[in-house]
Amino acid sequence: MQTEVTPPPVFESDPEIKLDARHIDFFYGDFQALDDVSLAVQDRKITALIGPSGCGKTTFLRIFNRMHDLVPSARVTGEVFLAGHNILEANTDVIQLRRQVGMLFQRANPFPKSIFDNVAYGPRMLGWPRQRIEATVEECLKDTGLWEEVKDRLKRSALNLSGGQQQRLCLARALAVKPDVILMDEPASALDPIATLRIEELMQELKRRYTIVIVTHNMQQASRVSDFTAFMLMNRQRAGELVEFGATDDIFNRPKDSRTEDYITGRFG
Amino acid sequence: MSRVALRVLLDQLVTGLIILCIMAAAIPVVILLLFVVIKGLPGITAPGFFTDLPHPIGVPGGGVFNAIVGTLVVVGIASLLAVPIGTLIGIFLSEFGRNRVGYAVRFVSDVLTGLPSIAFGIFGYTVLVATLGHFSAISASAALAVLMLPLILRATETALVLVPNSLREGGLALGAARWRVTLQIIVPAALGGIVTGALLAMARAAGETAPLLFTTLGNEFLQLNPGRPMGTLALTVFKNALVPYSSLQDQAWAAALLLVLIVSVTNILARVYVRRVQR
Amino acid sequence: MSQGTAETVVPVPPVMLRHRRHRVDGDRIFQCLAISAGILVLAIAAIFLLALFVPALPAIREFGLGFLASRDWNPVSLRFGALPFLYGTVITSLVAMVIAFPIGIGAALFLADDARLPFIRVPLSFAIELLAGIPSVVVGLWGLFILVPLMRTSVEPFLSHTFGFLPFFQGPYSGSSYLTAGVVLAIMVLPILVALSRDVIRAVPRSLREASLALGATKAELTWSVILPYARIGVTGAVLLALGRALGETIAVTMVIGNRPGISGSLFAQGYTLPSVLANEFTEATGKIYQGALFELGLVLVSITIAVNVLARLLVWRFKGASEASVV
Repeated sequence: MQTEVTPPPVFESDPEIKLDARHIDFFYGDFQALDDVSLAVQDRKITALIGPSGCGKTTFLRIFNRMHDLVPSARVTGEVFLAGHNILEANTDVIQLRRQVGMLFQRANPFPKSIFDNVAYGPRMLGWPRQRIEATVEECLKDTGLWEEVKDRLKRSALNLSGGQQQRLCLARALAVKPDVILMDEPASALDPIATLRIEELMQELKRRYTIVIVTHNMQQASRVSDFTAFMLMNRQRAGELVEFGATDDIFNRPKDSRTEDYITGRFG
Repeated sequence: MSRVALRVLLDQLVTGLIILCIMAAAIPVVILLLFVVIKGLPGITAPGFFTDLPHPIGVPGGGVFNAIVGTLVVVGIASLLAVPIGTLIGIFLSEFGRNRVGYAVRFVSDVLTGLPSIAFGIFGYTVLVATLGHFSAISASAALAVLMLPLILRATETALVLVPNSLREGGLALGAARWRVTLQIIVPAALGGIVTGALLAMARAAGETAPLLFTTLGNEFLQLNPGRPMGTLALTVFKNALVPYSSLQDQAWAAALLLVLIVSVTNILARVYVRRVQR
Repeated sequence: MSQGTAETVVPVPPVMLRHRRHRVDGDRIFQCLAISAGILVLAIAAIFLLALFVPALPAIREFGLGFLASRDWNPVSLRFGALPFLYGTVITSLVAMVIAFPIGIGAALFLADDARLPFIRVPLSFAIELLAGIPSVVVGLWGLFILVPLMRTSVEPFLSHTFGFLPFFQGPYSGSSYLTAGVVLAIMVLPILVALSRDVIRAVPRSLREASLALGATKAELTWSVILPYARIGVTGAVLLALGRALGETIAVTMVIGNRPGISGSLFAQGYTLPSVLANEFTEATGKIYQGALFELGLVLVSITIAVNVLARLLVWRFKGASEASVV
């Protein structure tokens, strides 16, 4: 399989490529956090971002749903194309973008509301009729494997669930607004191995319908779960750069860059 | 005595002193409450205390019904003014308060909390009594509302700031606009602290006397029109205490007991409520 | 995974180049309301100050700065001065702080130390908090009927006999006095002093404490040489805030101080404070000058308390380093 670090420029959006990041530089004030990172995320595949901590994986991930807007000193140059539109442009409807590109956070952050109200929050915001909302809640809870566990206590507080259940609830909540892409920022790092396994199983099912980008510092997880892997490193100026990107199988078994090989074989990181 | 022994002795002395201090600090409230209960119980359990109006001087018996109603009205109107406005300002401060206007508001609010309560009476007088030409319960409510405002404002802001940022991120990542996240997710999460702040402010207002002295003046009779002077429990205590008739002085103690009960129970409830909501 | 070809029909992207103002921007409205609310608060504060200042103008014009130094208080001849009330306010507050400071710091040290008798700490802390909530009129009631007789029959005679060589424990006593008012004020400001000082002392870094103890210092030495110096600024701020509270306390003081305008070196004498004269004479004042004089007294009182409070806040903010000092 051809693996290029920089995909050839395309004018019309390539239906195989869902998210196309080009020459991303990222700054927090004067400090450069990302240096010329380009990455093409394939549609309905799982792409993993791996690398030692501090190399900018999460920073890069959060560009895809413009969460960096929340940091006043953050500045981005470059382009990120989603369905032919550069989402970094000022006139992007960020609200709409975040609907389409959902996010699962490192620590589960359910709202202090009932289980039902958590999942229903997005649909209610969108003004869907009650029937549709209830159907969606059930569907999303089933998709995340929670339905059987919570169907009798939908009105109870979401905070009573276990860590793993809460994280799956947050996933259901994100799915309820019908996104195309799901960004996951180390979603299992706070979970026990069994809960982690469930999340990974879910990812395999979900990728049939959603494009998934996952940041993980767990290499084994990346090799288990993802179709494509991007390896990032902090360069000498402490900015993150993309070292190698390709099919997971290639990256882990036939890495091209010696730094990739060192990381994968555990010589550092 | 060896040096070490001296040091240890000194340490024990200091510890003893510190224990004396904490006792000295905790005892006044016990003594106060004991006296209020002992001297107020006869009056508060007397028949008609809650339901009767005050009797003329020299006539035994009577009650504080007018004062109870007056307290409810004056504090009620003040709360209707201060709670919504104070809560909203607190919400706005926590959202947009990082600019100069925000700092000015916080500074002004802090200064207001430190002002003598009688200054609020002067404010109420100038703005509503001198202008309207007569004393009224409304002017007292206005004075109390300004007194309550900074308390509610700061309590709301503090409660909102304590909500973890992860909730905000979760809401925004779903594609919710900022105002929606604040009103539908953050504020409900902080509701415990907000309600507590409001309750504590109301308890404080119920106990105030000085701002009422020249705004609502007081009233021996039952008055339901807020545009007219009304009596409150605190005013009753104050006035009856200074009158040389023991029956009225006893009523002062009884009214004081009632006041202390209301205020203390509200305070305790408010703090318990926070702990329950933050399950 | 070949490259897609350009002729593939691409579905219309939901992420459109939609301009921000296409639909009603809730965030914009939210922000406008926020600024308005902020301005509302500032407006209320401005009206507040004006309400105190404007009616005082006739008196300010009439008496000028001499107002502050004059001992007159004659509603008939319309000669007014603030000195007796300033004196009373300052003296009673000083007495209060002298009593409350050692007790308050000691109590704060007890409460801030997690190792001391944990089971007792909570009820004691609760007792002090409860005291904060007791209305001043109730404290004044107790002061009037319980404390004043006690002072008159026991405390003041004792002080007069034992410490009568000191000028401020001389002279006749009646129970209502600067001293009694000071005691009542001390009771009222104790909670805020304890609470703030406790926070300040708690803020002393653990590492400093542990280093000192590890060197073999006793707790007393730790307190004296490490905690108190470190917490100096914050505690000063707490003391100033408590002082501000004492200066402005009205009702409880009015009920026990005797309300007699005059200046006396003896603490047993009856006196008058700024808030008390306002409380007593405001409704009876007639005429622009008399009223103006009272308003001017109010202005003096508010100015002093604002100055003390601002100074205190500056110190507490500097100590805590935060831009949001919590309000007590």
